Amino acid sequence: MIKVTIDDIEVEVEAGTSILNAARKIGGEVVPPAMCYYSKLPGTGGKCRTCLVEVAAGSAADPRPMPKLVASCSTPASDGMVVKNKTSQRVHDNRGAVVEFLLINHPLDCPVCDQAGECNLQDLGYTHGNATTRYEEERRTFEPIDIGDKIKLHMNRCILCYRCVEVANQLTNQRVHGVLNRGEHAEISTYIEHAIDNDFSGNMIDVCPVGALTDKTFRFKSRVWFLKPMEATCACTKCSGSVVLWMFGKEIYRVTARKDKYGEVENIGDKTAWICNECRFEKKDLAKWNVIGPRVIDRHSVISQGKYETNIEPTIKKLS
Amino acid sequence: MESLTNRKRVVSDKPMTFLEKLYLPAIWGGMFITLKHIFKKNHTIKYPEEQRVFAPVYRGMHVLKRDEEGRENCTACGLCAVACPAEAITMVAEERKKGEEHLYREEKYAASYEINMLRCIFCGLCEEACPKEAVFLTDRIVPTEFDRNDFIYDKSVLVEPINDRIDITKRQNTGKRGVI
Repeated sequence: MIKVTIDDIEVEVEAGTSILNAARKIGGEVVPPAMCYYSKLPGTGGKCRTCLVEVAAGSAADPRPMPKLVASCSTPASDGMVVKNKTSQRVHDNRGAVVEFLLINHPLDCPVCDQAGECNLQDLGYTHGNATTRYEEERRTFEPIDIGDKIKLHMNRCILCYRCVEVANQLTNQRVHGVLNRGEHAEISTYIEHAIDNDFSGNMIDVCPVGALTDKTFRFKSRVWFLKPMEATCACTKCSGSVVLWMFGKEIYRVTARKDKYGEVENIGDKTAWICNECRFEKKDLAKWNVIGPRVIDRHSVISQGKYETNIEPTIKKLS
Repeated sequence: MESLTNRKRVVSDKPMTFLEKLYLPAIWGGMFITLKHIFKKNHTIKYPEEQRVFAPVYRGMHVLKRDEEGRENCTACGLCAVACPAEAITMVAEERKKGEEHLYREEKYAASYEINMLRCIFCGLCEEACPKEAVFLTDRIVPTEFDRNDFIYDKSVLVEPINDRIDITKRQNTGKRGVI
């Protein structure tokens, strides 16, 4: 076990833990935001640069500060390391610059986008973004394309985090999409609009931190803050069957996996509760689900604005 | 008990004097006050022949604006509905199809947009929440109806006619498009 100090809070973690995961062990405001790192998908991280932190002392053996900010998701913590995240003005300024870079080609079509209200980039923009843009050049634009009959790809909104590529690599047996071209021309694509039809491909929608990959069965049907998230289970042979139903009245508008406060799919037992495409796209009938109760949503989230938790009893009664 | 404020009045029950018993002086007094008002300035106006000038910030009936090319601004983002404290606004979004680009500005539009004018408290929060400069409150008055259902205004009433634009520049300059 090694001792790390993050924002003057000391925490003991196992050797080899990244700074980000050490911060998550503390929790709260100490945790740097992450757009590309996904703890359930090995190999992610190190791309978006939003989690950069300042290391004021490298380790107990060598307490010199690191000259540059380091990516906390891919830098292992060492014993006696002193990390500054929230307390460092340099980190704050730098994160603002990263957000500005991420938003250079982002269309800012939040009023249209289905991800609005649960979007990591939106949250990041609120906390670190500028009110105006300095970018005067033309943004790169793509036509939205269908990849498979259930997933819509808006390449305009993509921040190239590579999470969906890792999902395809690790959850499905065959990856048919990837990142084409390089640098400014890089784009997620299926090459010749190849359909993605693997059973677990729908998890790409859940891991996407922005609205680039969206559920076509939910496309423009409602806004997330008008829906009531209900936890439900079903007997599924392919996946865990533990999901969140996004309901409007008695109708199921959308099915997603259960996500934790970092926007990652929760672990149930020691397995990550990815859900299969059948549960996600096909089962929109309430009779097929065993509804447990309302999902606990952070009260600062726009999703909890409907104050649905005050109506827990009537909601369950109405459903059964 | 002793009064704390000393403001209470004791009701008197003393008998009326001869002058009060006559009643006529009191009636003359009342008539004098009534007649005095004939020569004073009138505070009411003869609506609808005469109409008052509204304040520039008057918040009346809503309008759903179109842009310069006549396309509907509203993209059914739902921010007006979530801002509405009276829950008066409902909408259903639809995806814009190919060939409808001249009708709707964004890729998504409101297939139905309803405001219940009986619920509406004309607070103007919808207008403030709107990111697309689509919904505005105007100086038009919501007319009276006989049926409650007639107060649920749909898009046929709310969207401004393409040839008969409703001017909102002076009243509701939100500054989102810079200084007008």
